Amino acid sequence: MDATPHPGLATAETAPAPARHRAGGGWLVGLLLPLGLACGWELAVRAGLAQGRLVPPPSRILDTLRALAVTGELWTHVLASLTRVAAGFAFGAVAGIALGAVTGTLPLARRLLDPSLQALRAIPSIAWVPLFILWFGIFEASKITLIAVGVFFPVYLGVAGAIASVDRKLVEVGRVFRLSRPALARRILLPAVLPATLVALRTGLGLGFMFVAAAELLGASEGLGYLLLDGQQLGKPEQIVAAIIAFAAVGKLCDAALVALTRPLVRWQDTVREAL
Amino acid sequence: MLVLDRLSKTYADGTRALQDISLSVRGAEIVALVGGSGCGKTTLLRLVAGLDVATGGRISLDGEAITAPHPGVGIVFQEPRLLPWLTVAGNAAFGLDALPARERRERVAHALDRVGLADHAGRWPRELSGGQQQRVAIARAFVAAPKVLLLDEPFSALDAFTRADLHRHLLALWAESRPTVLIVTHDVAEAVALADRAVVLRPKPGRIDDTVPLPLSRPRQPTSPGSEAAVRAILASLDRSLRPPGETPERADAALWW
Repeated sequence: MDATPHPGLATAETAPAPARHRAGGGWLVGLLLPLGLACGWELAVRAGLAQGRLVPPPSRILDTLRALAVTGELWTHVLASLTRVAAGFAFGAVAGIALGAVTGTLPLARRLLDPSLQALRAIPSIAWVPLFILWFGIFEASKITLIAVGVFFPVYLGVAGAIASVDRKLVEVGRVFRLSRPALARRILLPAVLPATLVALRTGLGLGFMFVAAAELLGASEGLGYLLLDGQQLGKPEQIVAAIIAFAAVGKLCDAALVALTRPLVRWQDTVREAL
Repeated sequence: MLVLDRLSKTYADGTRALQDISLSVRGAEIVALVGGSGCGKTTLLRLVAGLDVATGGRISLDGEAITAPHPGVGIVFQEPRLLPWLTVAGNAAFGLDALPARERRERVAHALDRVGLADHAGRWPRELSGGQQQRVAIARAFVAAPKVLLLDEPFSALDAFTRADLHRHLLALWAESRPTVLIVTHDVAEAVALADRAVVLRPKPGRIDDTVPLPLSRPRQPTSPGSEAAVRAILASLDRSLRPPGETPERADAALWW
């Protein structure tokens, strides 16, 4: 290699190796900062340089998580939150898909419904809470309604937008082969809107978790949000952080499950979906 | 026999796209529609395909009027327009839903073989090149066994080699079922390579200006004296069609600059 008369050629040949190395270890680099901070804090507390009362060291957080898991308390709370998200997501997603499909396909329905829905969307969803509590009580119904409202809007907008942006040229292919309206919907519209619908559902699921935390903070006897509030009232920051970590893990797992379940439906797509 | 009788099309904004187009095309005849941009070539094909409705005149196929998409008329668009969620075979079979699965498979396999894509049947459209995608679109139109096949500048986005290749595939498929073919092109050499007759259109509004018969034997060589003479004849006719009557050649040349 030293004797090569073209230095440019040599770098071109050796370049791919470090690039591959970077791509492979890229996510490890991202761990450096949080792990370094965690270890540093742990050491600082152990060395007596910091008290760690309000910002507990990682070992205390892990102990708390383990204790919650061993007593089964953690699973009770995770299950409670998951059930609420599942119910709210189901209602919100079904309503969002149905109304999005109606306003996306029928111009009259769009003129009739869309302005009102857009106006309702402008209301911060949390603002509904007092009203929902008056209407549906302080138990499950009001929480699930709040989550459903949070899920509804991104799904509605995503579906309606996807239908509105279906390529006219592909619809014409259906017309040339004389597809009936139901066949056109099934064979062209449905597959065409599927990817955008799935992205909307993912957004909706994320908002579902946001709103379950809000709903449980406002009053609940179980759920991860309750765990947060309980930690605040009893002055146990390690429990708060443990609940936050549980929220992050459960949310990420649900999102990954949604992606994995729906991947076979959109494997034809020519996009970098993995990067989302 | 495909008959266009004093066909006119005026768009809602008042643009007159076509005026009094009358044309008869025999069965198995290949007619090339050539003309400058804006002379309504695509509009004409869309009317015959039943995708748009004429504002005047009528179209009939073997005596039957065409006002909506007709089972006897197939079209290949300027872009492949493949459905990205169907495989190559699925796309080619798109119009064959009414057929039993076995016959559908056989027809699709045969057509894909004819366009040289038998090995690609299970691929996604995104994995194909532009030329391959357009071949799938041609196969999709042919498997439905149309009496009239419309081609709207199907090869305009492709390089010259790919285009010559696709001309061969197209003629091979045509030779099997010998449908009537109406091909819109702005490539005069393409018209000479494929057609029995070139119809020259004149713009604003689109009208038929001239018809150039192309009585050359097949297979055709683009470099043969007959082909070259035909190209010159069509070019001369196109030149006349783009020059408004009574206008001096100098002004027409100036117009070309714009």
